[in-house]
Amino acid sequence: MALLEVEGVDVAYGRIRALSRISLRVEQGEIVTLIGANGAGKTTTLRAISGLIRPLRGAIRFDGSDLLRLTPDQVVRRGIGHSPEGRRVFARMTVRENLELGAFTRDRASEVASDLKGVLTIFPRLGERLVQKAGTLSGGEQQMLAIGRALMSRPRLLMLDEPSLGLSPLLVQTIFEVIKRISASGTTVLLVEQNAHQALAIAQRGYVLEVGKIVHEDSAANLLASDAVRAAYLGGAA
Amino acid sequence: MPARRRAAVTIIAIGVALLAFPFVDRNNAQIDFMANAGAFILLALGLNIVVGFAGLLDLGYAAFFAIGSYSYAMLASQQFGIHIPFWVMLFVASGIAAIFGILLGAPTLRLRGDYLAIVTLGFGEIVPQTFLNLEKYTNGPNGISSLDQPSLFGKAFGFSATPYYYVTLVLIALGIVVASNLQNSRLGRAWMAIREDELAARHMGINTTAAKLSAFALGASFSGLAGVVYAAKLNLVSPDEFQFNVSVLVLSMLVLGGMGNIAGVIIGSFVLSFINSFLLPQSTSLAHAAGLVNLDFTNYRFMLYGVILVLMMLFRPEGLIPSRQRKAEFHEALSDPTLAAQEQAEYSGAAAAP
Repeated sequence: MALLEVEGVDVAYGRIRALSRISLRVEQGEIVTLIGANGAGKTTTLRAISGLIRPLRGAIRFDGSDLLRLTPDQVVRRGIGHSPEGRRVFARMTVRENLELGAFTRDRASEVASDLKGVLTIFPRLGERLVQKAGTLSGGEQQMLAIGRALMSRPRLLMLDEPSLGLSPLLVQTIFEVIKRISASGTTVLLVEQNAHQALAIAQRGYVLEVGKIVHEDSAANLLASDAVRAAYLGGAA
Repeated sequence: MPARRRAAVTIIAIGVALLAFPFVDRNNAQIDFMANAGAFILLALGLNIVVGFAGLLDLGYAAFFAIGSYSYAMLASQQFGIHIPFWVMLFVASGIAAIFGILLGAPTLRLRGDYLAIVTLGFGEIVPQTFLNLEKYTNGPNGISSLDQPSLFGKAFGFSATPYYYVTLVLIALGIVVASNLQNSRLGRAWMAIREDELAARHMGINTTAAKLSAFALGASFSGLAGVVYAAKLNLVSPDEFQFNVSVLVLSMLVLGGMGNIAGVIIGSFVLSFINSFLLPQSTSLAHAAGLVNLDFTNYRFMLYGVILVLMMLFRPEGLIPSRQRKAEFHEALSDPTLAAQEQAEYSGAAAAP
């Protein structure tokens, strides 16, 4: 059984249909990427899983239990961490306070402390800036903070919404390295990206989303090799 | 730590001075003024939970003050022949106010900023209107008078302001303890996250519905306390005591003192009360004594508030004693030049990978 199963999910914002019949699954230990152009419904898909938007129909199961009727805080408690689109770090709070808020749903202070250490080993840069206001961090550091903050809930599934957005090529590289490391340490990752090439390079499988529908679904290697995907998302007929 | 010790000494000194005040100053009018100022400090502490901690702009806070006052007037007077003791009413009225806080909060959960402010403004208008129009129960514009007098160990409070002064002092001390514990609690952190970025807070697994409703309920409960003390001391409630300007006054106390900072809010509250109920009437009497009989400074009250608020916004927008976040908002550039340069370098690929 897959860790996360999304089945025939429809989402609408008022009368505007955002997702139709979305189905995807993420197996334990995988990195799965959801790629597509702006407005394709990638963020909406993650929000539906998180409980931030209620689908009109369909089923979402995590580890076999139904997520559909849960509130976002209950979803976090079930083990899904969600690093939001556009980072959304708490700009006027320190790096440490941001990370501690990431552990909001956790009860044991000792576990939180050891997870904080863990996050700081993944992102040593954050360790140097613990007492600094998050708003004063560079874009790359803020992204690291957003990912680290989501990790602080000790998720079994980490959902990342466009972690490479607005970063320099070098930093994008770093972020993807980190995602690989997080995956290697046992956390399952669902990665939403516009940067299809990089995302497919680290993922095992991928889904291509186009105006609210999944149009391709394959192993990352096959998607990378597919002419249709290359033409649409990987920069022309290279 | 000397800084800590100095703070402790200051607090004890202020405490002793406040306890001794009625013995030193035997002028009942001035003790009465202090008790009123105390009621407003309670209001400011309560509104600070809603606006300062949780960032929910409430422009109708006087409604809860009205609900607290009317609770006492209806449940501790000849009005219905119900005579719940003053001390019990403190709990009952703050509970009633908290329930109304939730009733107001529930429909506003999806609203933010200006929209929330407008709905709370409406609530602030509806409540006194309701008390005005429910003549059968509230005597309409005449209000309810001859409220029960509080008594302690069989001794009635009488017409001296001193016992009320001590009651507000105790309630403020309690209020400070409750508010600062809340601020440092899990709930306080949830409020802070909601104030900074509600959507991000939901991503963190914060139950924003529960956190916002608790802010409304706890904030309102403080005004329930203030309402009981105020009504009992005045021995009368009437709908015109709870107009929009009371909501604005309490909010101005927060702005002046420093939203989100407990000490700041208390000082802001005291300063405005001082101007309102002491400085202006006193200078008016001085003017009258000097033969300027047509001069009444109390008429310039709102003009003076306006000037103070404009000056504050120009020169110290974060308030007299700001909270840490508000200070950051106004005085720390969010991207300092060295970091901007560093980021630039990262973009051009010149900097080493982090």
